[in-house]
Formats: sequence, structure tokens, C-alpha cells
Amino acid sequence: MGIVEGLFVLLFLLVGIFFNSLGVVSLYRFPDVYTRMHGATKCSTFGSLFTGLAVIVYTLFRYLSAGESRFLVLAIHTFVAMAVLLVTNATGAHAIARAAHRSRIDPKFAVVDRLAEKEGRRRRAA
Amino acid sequence: MFIFFASFLMYLLLVWSGGTIAPVEFAVAFLLATILALAARTWVPSYRFSFLKILNPLRWISFLYYVFVPFGIALFKANIDVAIRVITGNIRPGIVKLTPDLKSDLSRMILADSITLTPGTLTVDVDDEGAFYVHWIYVRDENPSEEEIYGSFASWARRLAD
Repeated sequence: MGIVEGLFVLLFLLVGIFFNSLGVVSLYRFPDVYTRMHGATKCSTFGSLFTGLAVIVYTLFRYLSAGESRFLVLAIHTFVAMAVLLVTNATGAHAIARAAHRSRIDPKFAVVDRLAEKEGRRRRAA
Repeated sequence: MFIFFASFLMYLLLVWSGGTIAPVEFAVAFLLATILALAARTWVPSYRFSFLKILNPLRWISFLYYVFVPFGIALFKANIDVAIRVITGNIRPGIVKLTPDLKSDLSRMILADSITLTPGTLTVDVDDEGAFYVHWIYVRDENPSEEEIYGSFASWARRLAD
């Protein structure tokens, strides 16, 4: 493990942890379910991408220097996990937001709500 | 059949640990893939879904280019933007309507997933006419242009899957 690889891994881990913790903070700061979905799903996606990238860089360097195939396997598994995370995160966020809107949860402080206008229902006062 | 082979190969990829795979794993993979394929047998691909289109390598290359270059750059910028909004609390949310005029289900899915993955925008609903209802964390314009919400994503989705 050289110093350059170590720095890269450390950098990716720090960026990932920074965005993950911002996701947690956004749960407290944002007013309603939709804005919280922005914070929670987006920051954790970006954070998890960077922590996954750190694992991939670490394992690939271990594989290239030591030649143990279990590190290559770990890198491939992490890559699969990242791809699956991207797809399921988007789909899950969309499903939760749609279910919330169908359960008549109004977006708080919203300046415009075209979906409610289309469905012809009056918005409650925020 | 597609689901069977995809889940069979995926299981083998996940249990592979560098060396040869034990024969019992093939049996387990066969069993699980059969169960999955039977459970999903009523899944009918949409009418524009064709294997010739999906297997075209040019499409895969342009898809990878899309994921890493235009989408990656937008993802990066938007993440920084939302990170600042989390810290400062400067939000002006709202649900806006967009009509990107995409025909196939696959291209609509690509666009909706791209919008949702980009921080600050979240697809709430897509109706049968292909109108997107997007929750936007900072509404600059109540009738926004497509460019403002997702840049070039719609033309990419059209090129990739429409």
C-alpha cells in the first residue's frame, strides 16, 4: 500500500462520509417528506458511491500488488452493489414520493403544485 | 428466458470467489433462477423492447458515455448545490410539470431515474401522456424549460431508447 493509493482511499472515504452525514442533517432541517427525500436519498447515494469507490480503489491496488484474486472478487462485488444501489435508490425514492402524494400529503411551503392542479384538488393551507 | 439467464449468471457472479465454482452452486443457481423466472413469467416487455436494440453494442457504449460524462457532471454539480442547501436551509420547493415528449417506456424510465438521482429534482409522477411531475427543491420558474431541470437528459434518453 503506497502513500498515493492511501491518500486516494482516504479522500474518497472522507467525501463519502461528508455527504452521508449531510444526508442525516437534511432529515432534521427540511420541512416535509419530499424535501427530506432529496436530502436522504441523494446525499446517501453520492456518499455511498464514494465509499464504494474507496473500497474498489483499495482492493484493486491490493490485487495489482499482491495478486490475490479475492481482492478482485471484492472489487467486482462492490461494483455490482453500486450499480444496484443507483437503480433501486432512484426507484425507491420515486415510489415513496408518489405514494406520499397519493395519500394527499401536500408539499409544505410549495410555491406551485402542478400535480394537485391536474388532479383538481384544492391544496390545504401550508 | 432472459430473466432465467440473467439471474443464473448474477448468482454465479456473486458466489464466485476467485477459484472454480463448486458444482452444488450451479444446482442452487439453476433452482433459484427457475423460481425467479416462474415468478416473473407474466412480465411482458413493452412493445418497443427488442433484443436487437438492447444488444446493440453502440447503444451500450453511448449508454456508458451518458452515465459517466453528461450525467456524472450533472450529478456532481447538483450534489454540491443540495449540500449547500442542506447547510443554509435556503429552499423554495414546488412540483412543476414537464412534457419531454418521450414515446417508449424504457426512455421514460431512463429520464425519470436520471431526474430522481440528480439531487434537487425528484420525479413524483409520470402520466399516460408522458408528462413528468417533478418535485424541485428550488423553484426558479413555475413553468420551467426542460433545460433548467435536466439539461440534455431528455435528448439522451431519446437517443438511447426511443
